[in-house]
Amino acid sequence: MGNRSVVPYGPQHPVLPEPIHLDLVLEDEKVLAAIPSIGFIHRGLESLTSKKDFNEMVYVAERICGICSFMHGMGYCMAVEDIMNVEVPRRADYLRTIWAEMSRLHSHLLWLGLLADGFGFESLFMHSWRLREKILDMFEASTGGRVIFSVNTIGGVLKDMPADMLNDFVRQLNEMEKEIREMTDIFLTDYTVKSRLVDVGIITGEDAIRRGAVGPMMRASGINVDMRKNGYAAYNELDFEVITSNKCDSYARCEVRIGEIFQSIDIIRQCVAKIPDTEINTKVTGMPNGESFIRVEQPRGEAFYHVRANGTKFLDRFRVRTPTFANIPALTQTLQGCQYGDVPLLILTIDPCISCTER
Amino acid sequence: MATIHKSPWLLHYDGSSCNGCDIEVLACTTPVYDVERFGVINTGNPMHADIFLITGGINSQNEAVVKQIYEQMPQPKVVIAVGTCACTGGIFKECYNIKGGADTVIPVDIYVPGCAARPESIIDGVVKGVALFKEKAEALAASGRA
Amino acid sequence: MQELKKDLYLIDKAELLTVIMEKKNALWRLCQICCSYPKAENHFEVTYSFANGQDIANYRLIAEREEEVPSISRVYKSAIFYENEMHELWGLHVENIKQDFHDKLYRIDVETPFLEKEGE
Repeated sequence: MGNRSVVPYGPQHPVLPEPIHLDLVLEDEKVLAAIPSIGFIHRGLESLTSKKDFNEMVYVAERICGICSFMHGMGYCMAVEDIMNVEVPRRADYLRTIWAEMSRLHSHLLWLGLLADGFGFESLFMHSWRLREKILDMFEASTGGRVIFSVNTIGGVLKDMPADMLNDFVRQLNEMEKEIREMTDIFLTDYTVKSRLVDVGIITGEDAIRRGAVGPMMRASGINVDMRKNGYAAYNELDFEVITSNKCDSYARCEVRIGEIFQSIDIIRQCVAKIPDTEINTKVTGMPNGESFIRVEQPRGEAFYHVRANGTKFLDRFRVRTPTFANIPALTQTLQGCQYGDVPLLILTIDPCISCTER
Repeated sequence: MATIHKSPWLLHYDGSSCNGCDIEVLACTTPVYDVERFGVINTGNPMHADIFLITGGINSQNEAVVKQIYEQMPQPKVVIAVGTCACTGGIFKECYNIKGGADTVIPVDIYVPGCAARPESIIDGVVKGVALFKEKAEALAASGRA
Repeated sequence: MQELKKDLYLIDKAELLTVIMEKKNALWRLCQICCSYPKAENHFEVTYSFANGQDIANYRLIAEREEEVPSISRVYKSAIFYENEMHELWGLHVENIKQDFHDKLYRIDVETPFLEKEGE
């Protein structure tokens, strides 16, 4: 039997932009168990329902997380719209879809950069973040914000994108596609990158289900599940295939996310070609009464929103189950039996968003 | 010691922010904004760091962590609070688990407002921080304790 | 079992474990567990959500203030976090959680912040 020790990992760690703490039980260099402890960013924002009314909660929902900020706002609005039986104008649905896919693009590019940083490929990190800035410029041109836009409102969206702006975005994305392809090819074919990713952190499809994993984590284990196929917003009129991989390792998770980058570009193209010319929001009157369960596919996986209203302007309950929260049990599974040196990389492969997790 | 102010190192810690400011801090170090042209470099070790960028408010669990990181940093040190949450608590001020801005536990020198703080304003804050760091280093040298 | 609305069923405590086992054997994944304390009702509502592919099923259990709810963490290991969260934030008693954090999951200073606010 080797030498047993317990290594505290985090909360402040060079690889993690956000704090999470793990107690790693090691036998020599092998991880026997990982015990996560969370709560460093717990704010308790679900309790703000008693202090802010349901319209103001949109802004709170957007600040659950700065990376998928738009989708949190969208999920919350969809839940309240569902309770109040509001039919959102079609153009708003399309605009939401475009912004959501742009969020996915920037989030996946961000993740690729962090992954490269995680295994010490600094120039690749810089390149993916350079490309990501172009998406942020588009956000800024269309909404005025770089990470938090506040364009969602109950009943639609607050800002419109004129046709020439949309066409310009498509042109820019077409140009970027080549550059992104060039960069992602390095992730998929480079020998050193592959040696860090292939056969590391294997989780089988059945295990992923048992642990309740979501999103790319699930799809990289060969499970075909994507909430966009439920057809919320404009997805029911768009043509796309769920991207899966059967390799179950870190490489597969990288592959799935890279596939989704190009898929997002394609979805945006389809949206711009199909977007109808209607109003962008409807006037919503009255107070919500009832409850709703909404699931949205975020870059990190399925997010679950439960809103329960009681006919006053303050909601009874606003509950968010974010994708990273669901992926943590799967993470502890992949960490078991891995090498100590692979721990930072494995934490990165679930694309952790701790701010989401702890709310 | 005489030239250290030309290349102070940055340490970034996420208090209880929503992540928006954190990715903006990271964006500052990447090619488009490139804060490294002012001589600063991002480090992960508090004991190497001279400038502490903190985002987000303080809650009961990270209070001790922030204090510890601050104490581990060598003298002189500059603290920059990035984003509205780190300045005052921001939108989460009324949450039960938020004690307020970063200045509730450690002395803050420079406040960078914004939700999320824009890279331009973060760079502005860092440049001010570099100047303040020089001042503090000189004062420390003059006192003969450096 | 009573259907409250689409995909939402009301179950009682005795039925819970049967439902859970059924879901586990059919390879459904645990989507989330949500606890709430609606002001008008004056009792806890615990909602268990399961998903299989694109489908979803929610089961709601009603519990009184001091009533104990059985833990499902021995069937679904990922329930550990949700059950600890419910106990820490809401004060809901969950019997026999597989890995009990004893109110130290989030390590907050306030005791059961959600319940106190609701009880006002």
